[in-house]
Amino acid sequence: MKILFPLIAVIVLVLVALAGVDGAHLQTLFGIYIPYAALAVFLVGIVLRVIGWARSPVPFRIPTTCGQQKTLPWIKADNLESPHNTLGVIGRMALEVFFFRSLFRNLKADYDENRTGNELTYGSAKWLWAAGLAFHWSFLFIFLRHLRFFSEPIFFFVPFLETMDGLLQIGVPRLFMTDLVILAAVTFLFARRIVSPQVRYISLPADFFPLFLILAIALSGIFMRYITKVDIVSVKAFTMSLVSFNPTLPKGIGSVFYVHIFLVSTLFAYFPFSKLVHMAGVFLSPTRNLANNSRAKRHINPWNPDVKVHTYAEYEDEFRDVMKAAGLPLEKE
Amino acid sequence: MYDAGKIIIGLIVFLGFATFPIWHDGGKAVSAPEPEITAYAKKIGHCVEPEKWMRANHMQLLDHWRDAAVREDKRVYVSSTGEEYDISLQNTCLRCHSNKEKFCDRCHQFAGVHELYCWDCHLESKEMKKWAATDESF
Ligand code: HEC
Ligand code: HEC
Ligand code: HEC
Ligand code: HEM
Repeated sequence: MKILFPLIAVIVLVLVALAGVDGAHLQTLFGIYIPYAALAVFLVGIVLRVIGWARSPVPFRIPTTCGQQKTLPWIKADNLESPHNTLGVIGRMALEVFFFRSLFRNLKADYDENRTGNELTYGSAKWLWAAGLAFHWSFLFIFLRHLRFFSEPIFFFVPFLETMDGLLQIGVPRLFMTDLVILAAVTFLFARRIVSPQVRYISLPADFFPLFLILAIALSGIFMRYITKVDIVSVKAFTMSLVSFNPTLPKGIGSVFYVHIFLVSTLFAYFPFSKLVHMAGVFLSPTRNLANNSRAKRHINPWNPDVKVHTYAEYEDEFRDVMKAAGLPLEKE
Repeated sequence: MYDAGKIIIGLIVFLGFATFPIWHDGGKAVSAPEPEITAYAKKIGHCVEPEKWMRANHMQLLDHWRDAAVREDKRVYVSSTGEEYDISLQNTCLRCHSNKEKFCDRCHQFAGVHELYCWDCHLESKEMKKWAATDESF
């Protein structure tokens, strides 16, 4: 059920777009209003999310570390694994964002009585890391390549990406490798959630929905590029008219295009409310973005109440005479 | 809000990138390029296949032509309207569309079809004309 429900939801989305465009001729709705609204929800949603996070105090340094902290000068400190300054934090964050460094340490726990007796064993498990990396990088490539529809003259880096992506020069139009990679990676990420019983148990509809949605987006795009062609020149004239807030619908563009942008709009609108906000969240996770400098710098909890304390020195001052008379030892005569 | 300075800078960077196309192109009115049809092609009056179909599918037609010529040694294409064409990028397409810069390239530049590597081997009309002027057998 938790797999079927999101799958049906994505199929319904596709059908809604098809019915809306082919049946009800709501091109204006699906081509103009929904994309604009989705983009607005995306931008405002992300900003509100980030502000919400920023309002939560993080009074203590809670970075997860796995290296030598900076201490004495003759003990070699590991500034990436246990950053002690901003440079270290930036370095660690960059490796995290670009290469998912902490996921690289992902282990799989196994319990096999026949092999290791009554013991839990841990083994290397790099597949999730590899598939995650492949998925995110190909998504980024595809996203950046799409900027050819949103710039005129086209941004300088797009030709380079297209050349690299189409390097194999298979077929006409050139096969983009990232198209295959994203399909393979999403399929793996989906399979991982159903093959392993533990992972399947903890997976929710909210885990499957984004996978199906992104798969449907990629498939509709691939369909459009390699199978049912659309007139790209008209598409670009349309996207550029969106960019300049003077939207003019293209004539005679196949409904696949509307399906594609309706699914993309759904993804954008869904983004701030779902686990996908990890895109912004990774930058605000205190286990990553804080320097491990608690020993070098004092961090005071901002909401510490003003506690009335009565120190021993004060206590002694107060009762000095009595204590002296009783013959008790004093710190200060 | 804690760390307001960093958060606000981060958000400005995010919004700046996310809306960059608007800053870059927002004010401009961009219209689709008009591929120029040569006088020769105009006289004939139609393309190999209907124009609307060609706009979206010409690359697949070329792929089909290439496979037909190179793999199956089929050199004649029968169009959907029953006309026969020699399968040749240089001698058929570019005979009518001999203005490659003002036709193919104009669209491709706009649509971001970069480095169309076909011309690494196939000749453009200008080069063909030069060649034809010096080579009797052509
Ligand atoms: C109406 C505009 C237009 C004209 C005119 C045009 N093209 Fe294209 N062509 C395109 C578009 C748009 C694409 C990219 C389609 C895509 O990205 O899926 C393309 C793609 C191609 C491709 C595949 C590129 C790749 O990535 O592998 C080839 C080959 C091609 N065109 C050949 C030609 C030739 C040859 C001519 C001139 C005879 C020509 N085209 C004229 C719009 C045009
Ligand atoms: C017999 C001359 C002729 C040949 C050969 C020919 N074309 Fe065309 N082509 C035309 C004409 C004329 C038009 C204008 C369309 C119209 O008015 O119907 C055109 C239109 C096009 C268009 C659409 C341009 C637009 O602005 O919509 C493309 C793309 C195109 N041709 C590509 C090709 C390719 C690729 C080949 C080779 C496979 C080819 N043509 C062969 C005459 C020709
Ligand atoms: C490595 C060089 C090379 C490249 C690059 C190349 N071709 Fe060709 N092409 C050939 C050769 C060689 C033939 C065979 C010519 C013959 O047998 O008449 C051919 C034949 C063809 C034919 C059929 C016959 C003819 O004379 O046109 C088409 C159509 C064609 N190529 C299209 C393309 C397209 C489109 C591209 C770009 C996507 C391309 N080719 C890139 C070398 C190349
Ligand atoms: C999250 C955002 C998006 C994703 C993941 C995505 C995915 C894809 C993929 C995988 C393809 C196959 C071809 C390629 O890789 O270039 C594609 C093609 C395409 N996409 Fe998207 N897309 C997105 C957003 C958009 C938007 C916003 C538009 C336009 C409004 C758009 C319009 C197109 C068009 C016209 C094609 C066909 C390209 C061609 O024929 O060469 N896409 N998309």
